[in-house]
Amino acid sequence: MEQFFASFLDYFLTAFALGMTFLYGCTGEILTEKAGHLNLGIPGIMCIGGACGCLALKLMSGAAVPPVLLVIIAILASFAGGAIMGVIYCFLTVTLKANQNVTGLAMTTFGVGTTKFIMSDMSSAKEATQSYLYALKYFRYPFGESGSALVYNGFMVVLAIVIALAAAYVLNRTRVGLHLRSVGENPATADAVGINVTGYKYVATCVGSGIAALGGLFYIMCWSGSCDAYKSIEKLGWLSVALVIFTLWRPNISIIGSALFGLLYLAGNRIPTLLGIQFDMSVTKLLEILPYAVTTIVLIVTSVSKKRENQPPAGLGIPYFREER
Amino acid sequence: MNKQVALEMKQVSKYFGSLAANKNVDLTVYRGEILAILGENGCGKTTLMNMIAGIYYPDHGSIFVDGEEAIIRSPKDAFHHGIGMIHQHFKLVDIFTAAENIVLGVNDGKSYNIKEVNRRVGEIADKYGFHVDPKKKIYEMSVSEKQTVEILKVLYRGADILILDEPSAVLTPQETDRLFEILSRMREDGKSILIITHKLHEVMSISDRVAVLRKGEHIATVETASTSPAELTEMMVGKKVELNIDRPEPKNVTDRLEVKGLSLTNPEGIKVLDNISFVARSGEILGIAGIAGSGQKELLESIAGLSHPTTGEIIYNNPKTGTAENLRDKDPVAIRELGVRLSFVPEDRLGMGLVGNMDIVDNMMLRSYRKGHSMFVDRKKPRDLANRIVAELEVSTPNTHTPVRRLSGGNVQKVLVGREIAASPTVLMAAYPVRGLDINSSYTIYSLLTKQKENGVAVVFVGEDLDVLVEICDRILVLCAGRVTGILDGRTTTKEEIGLLMTKTEVKEESGNENG
Repeated sequence: MEQFFASFLDYFLTAFALGMTFLYGCTGEILTEKAGHLNLGIPGIMCIGGACGCLALKLMSGAAVPPVLLVIIAILASFAGGAIMGVIYCFLTVTLKANQNVTGLAMTTFGVGTTKFIMSDMSSAKEATQSYLYALKYFRYPFGESGSALVYNGFMVVLAIVIALAAAYVLNRTRVGLHLRSVGENPATADAVGINVTGYKYVATCVGSGIAALGGLFYIMCWSGSCDAYKSIEKLGWLSVALVIFTLWRPNISIIGSALFGLLYLAGNRIPTLLGIQFDMSVTKLLEILPYAVTTIVLIVTSVSKKRENQPPAGLGIPYFREER
Repeated sequence: MNKQVALEMKQVSKYFGSLAANKNVDLTVYRGEILAILGENGCGKTTLMNMIAGIYYPDHGSIFVDGEEAIIRSPKDAFHHGIGMIHQHFKLVDIFTAAENIVLGVNDGKSYNIKEVNRRVGEIADKYGFHVDPKKKIYEMSVSEKQTVEILKVLYRGADILILDEPSAVLTPQETDRLFEILSRMREDGKSILIITHKLHEVMSISDRVAVLRKGEHIATVETASTSPAELTEMMVGKKVELNIDRPEPKNVTDRLEVKGLSLTNPEGIKVLDNISFVARSGEILGIAGIAGSGQKELLESIAGLSHPTTGEIIYNNPKTGTAENLRDKDPVAIRELGVRLSFVPEDRLGMGLVGNMDIVDNMMLRSYRKGHSMFVDRKKPRDLANRIVAELEVSTPNTHTPVRRLSGGNVQKVLVGREIAASPTVLMAAYPVRGLDINSSYTIYSLLTKQKENGVAVVFVGEDLDVLVEICDRILVLCAGRVTGILDGRTTTKEEIGLLMTKTEVKEESGNENG
């Protein structure tokens, strides 16, 4: 029994930490969607975020900098990589008013491809790996090396939660948040009262993309601790997008939602061990459907209840043209 | 009188393309007065006010606020000068509360605190006598509550000059009375209030002065107390203009469509059509006159089967079988097959009837695809039809495969009307078919309608230009607030007569209220 609890705790902590990957992506996407933009480029942006962080570490290898600085540089590089993706997305969808779905999917394809290109070089270069491992130590074991799953719950977990809570506060309690929400709900109204619609869309989308990018970095550096982990970021990115719907566009709920998604995502792997039974590989794989199934149920429930507060922003996905006469 | 000037417009003009929406308008607004801006549809009232509110920027002329020249390039600039406009279409965020909407975009340097906003909104509401809950969400509100929020939004920003664009258009008479009480209170508080309206009885009951616009020009500003509705009407419609539209005598006139006691209540519970009865005859053009939103759209849609009237009958005398059929029991497709055609031209020409991204041939097919018997659509006939329309109606287009949205407004309309006529209808209903068209295109459409009339079609023509209605129609039905206020002979009637009928019942209604 004791062993059951121990392994359950391990399952929970692992899942919770994995959930932070979703949380970064989800918080970023919520900010974007609150500005009225559906950014389906999030999976690609998260990949880029991981790649840029690793690339920065590779470039810094050999430089005599304290490890803390190395970590900060990696985080900044990751954020910047995501934000640049955000700028490209914004230029296409806000300035040129291109279709958001198509642009987003293109961003994902672009991001995943670029990441493969950057990362293919990573595991082979020896000096890169060294610097990488050096930084990895500080990402994963900021409080000294200990064996439990708690190790993943490093400072980036705290950072994810802080960002999510800060986003919730800004959205619901500040003037900036009110303006941002009005841009996503009804840009014409926001424009009429003198709110800079384009500015809000750009800033929210780029900051959102930057935050989402950190999710990729977190996954590589903290959760998995392996360069090769970049290969599975894309599918986690899609789950982040699904999580936005699941949490009904609320960053504070998304903290719980991301933990739940983590649990569900790992259920196929962990539950059999927990119960001491063996599942067929296909069943394990099939169980990965769980987060999507739950999201679908939430979608059905909210669509049926039709409560206005639980609907996506009214202006989501619709390009805004200032009306001329 | 030592009235203080709040706002002054000097020689203000605004052009849209070559069309003058406003030409050399001079206007003075005093503190503590209600000034009514009166005019027909499309006379430039709203454009003029939009220039004060910062939606448009004047091409010529200047605006002075409190004696100093004001450059108003955006609504924000307007607020800066203490000017706020309440538009007809509310600009509110549905899922926000009243207070959130009111404070939106306000940056007073203080930190954002919704409780403080709620309190201040309550204060302003009490001062002028509004009833509003600052915490109520917009989507839970009635139209009049939403309007209240719009007014509060302007007052919260400290506006001294308020512009209301047809504020009573969406209100019940009781709500209008309440609004007018509030406006009077604001006037006493020293605010300047401009009301855009075309309802004469409102002008008479609330305003201190009236500025009359006609075709973009300022005709006169008069003291309300020293004028009469008849005088205002004359200023509004102006002298008769000869258009020389050919109007042959109707031949072989038979009753084609009989509408009896038709009433329709819209989803908001407002009676938009009230006991309408008339006859449309073949070989005749029946004009429908009325202020925008008097029920024209609903009437035509009821006949076409797109709206479902609450009571009444629409009898169609089928020329093929000689039997009378009630269209109320039929669906739109069945009605179309009987030969009743609606060519409705809404504000957005492409909104109803044509698909912008498709070419002329494909748009022709929208009406014929049902006819095919094989699984493949017949493209040949629509192509021939498209070519015929382009040739006969002189549609200027590179070829029939150009997407319709790339054509100019006039050409789009020709395609739309041409397609409906090609189906050889027995009843042709055209609503605002010349809206936004230049003179030549308009005349093409007029002659098309007249030609249909000569072919024995019962033509129903909803128009806004009274000059045209008087020249082209054999009979004119006047609608006012969903009621028929008169059916006139197009050959003998005058614009003044129509103009008075267009506002008639409202005067009656008001005196009724006073009695009761």
